[in-house]
Amino acid sequence: MKNNPFRLIYAVPYAVWMLLFVLAPILVVVYYSFFDLSGNLTLGNYRNFFSSVYFKLTMSSFWYAFLITFFSLVISYPTAYFLTKTKHKQLWLLLIIIPSWINLLLKTYAFIGLMGLYGPINAFLETIGIGNQQILFTDFSFVFVSVYIFIPFMILPIFNSLDKINPALLDASKDLGANSWMTFKRVIWPMTIDGVKSGVQVVFIPALSLFMITRLIAGNKVITLGTAIEQQFLVTQNWGMGSTIAVFLIIFMFLIMVLTSGKERGAPTNGKVK
Amino acid sequence: MKGIISGAAAILIVSFILLFANYQLENRQGHVGKDTITVYNWGEYIDPDLLKQFEEQEGIKVIYETFDSNEGMMGKIEQGGTSYDISIPSEYAVQMMEERNLLLPLDFSKIPNFRNIDPYFTDLPFDPNNKYSIPYFWGTVGIAYNPTLLDGQTFESWESLWDASLRQKLILVDSAREVLGVSLNSLGYSLNSTSLQELKEATDKLETMGPNVKAVIGDEVTQLMINNEASVALTWSGQAADMISENEEIDYIVPKEGSNLWFDNIVIPKTAANIEGAYKFINFMLDPEIAAQNAEYVGYSTPNVAALSFMDEEIIKDERFYPDEEAREHLEVYENLGLETLGVYNELFLKFKMGLR
Repeated sequence: MKNNPFRLIYAVPYAVWMLLFVLAPILVVVYYSFFDLSGNLTLGNYRNFFSSVYFKLTMSSFWYAFLITFFSLVISYPTAYFLTKTKHKQLWLLLIIIPSWINLLLKTYAFIGLMGLYGPINAFLETIGIGNQQILFTDFSFVFVSVYIFIPFMILPIFNSLDKINPALLDASKDLGANSWMTFKRVIWPMTIDGVKSGVQVVFIPALSLFMITRLIAGNKVITLGTAIEQQFLVTQNWGMGSTIAVFLIIFMFLIMVLTSGKERGAPTNGKVK
Repeated sequence: MKGIISGAAAILIVSFILLFANYQLENRQGHVGKDTITVYNWGEYIDPDLLKQFEEQEGIKVIYETFDSNEGMMGKIEQGGTSYDISIPSEYAVQMMEERNLLLPLDFSKIPNFRNIDPYFTDLPFDPNNKYSIPYFWGTVGIAYNPTLLDGQTFESWESLWDASLRQKLILVDSAREVLGVSLNSLGYSLNSTSLQELKEATDKLETMGPNVKAVIGDEVTQLMINNEASVALTWSGQAADMISENEEIDYIVPKEGSNLWFDNIVIPKTAANIEGAYKFINFMLDPEIAAQNAEYVGYSTPNVAALSFMDEEIIKDERFYPDEEAREHLEVYENLGLETLGVYNELFLKFKMGLR
């Protein structure tokens, strides 16, 4: 590319955008994290973060985010695979994506009704003889609803990478004597690993900072980093501590991005082989 | 390229049409005229008919906005931006707002109806001489329960919440001071305790309640109780009144050890643009008949003594919601403990919630 000054001008809006809406807010968050309640410069917030309560909180937050990502992946991968085999795959994909257009809060409230003691799920359990169960406000309901919400975001990238695989490669694998498991392990999986990685990224990171669902579905028995930040800002009004948790959340997100975006050496790149 | 340009032009044209339509609509509703006031209140905390009546009577349009926490409301007022003329903070929030210079002192010559307020509820410690605030509603914190779903528990004492028979039944409100308050009250300590020793003891005791706790939530509890999904809840009196009006089996009790007595208060924030209108609104809301209608709609207890004669006998004789002065002796008003102690309360509460399974 020539160093044409006009090309640089085109980049200005993006640079300004990044500066104002990405870099500046992060710097402000970092700045606030060094102040205590009375406005003195301190490292106390960071010390406090490593105290037992917040450390435990971080651990449990990671554990639930892991569970949510794991189950989303387990459900989404086969779904995406079968989607690519269907006749009207774009239509099916659209049907799976449509629920993600509906407001998160509305879906969550719908689940309160569905999972209630007198809701349809319990009515069903009653008829098949299992009897009424407390579903709402349990670990199960929390993971279930979160997985439901994140599934479309996991399916999309996996579907895209599966869809790009050249069928000739699968035939070639078969011709060379590989059984279907071998084909999956040696051909399909390596070619979709990038899709899986970006799926994990878009699920794991928001799962760390989920907050409305923790109250409405888990009854605050599950507390994530997101809930803790919200509480620090709105209830405790300790912006310093809230910012400190946010700083760690940003660091965790960054680490996860690095971990899930590194291309493996020798792995085939996505896209059709020419 | 041509496609992009015509696409962009189409979007711009549609946006302008929508903008214009919106402007026209607001104009028709009178929201653009000069004589408007912006009322910033809790959700479901006023009879909407009264807003209409006020608009007709005084010729002032009311823009009505709601908030769901004192802290969120203070944040918005502190940042400015919207010119709120009226707000309804709770008592400790009045104190905090005063400290941050967010309130205008009231001129009582413009609020003749202030004489209708029960003297018992004026000149309270959080706002001596009612310099900045007038009580709007008051109430207690207690236990709402549904006897048909329980085996005869009565909740005369806070201790009963620890009873093993309530396993996985109790719903708590997601608020540190109310929940720690249960424990503090049961131990006989003050609800305004700042002693780390007492708070630690209260948290330890609270943690033994853990197995009984079904959920720690907000306003959703009302619906759960009405639908018989939950049988016991720690809640505010007005919320209990809402539950009872929809489901007659529910009962409400303030345990004998005592509890919190709270006030929500009308104030004029510093952001006010139409101060005259704000005074007219306050005076209107303090009118006995208006206050009576509002209290019957909202369900909380009114401090307006003149309004009581316009209300249903059944409501004002109800000791659960209008406890007499003797019963009020055991109730304690929250003081503003400062952010430092508020942080301690919330951290202990967080620790308690983390331990729930």
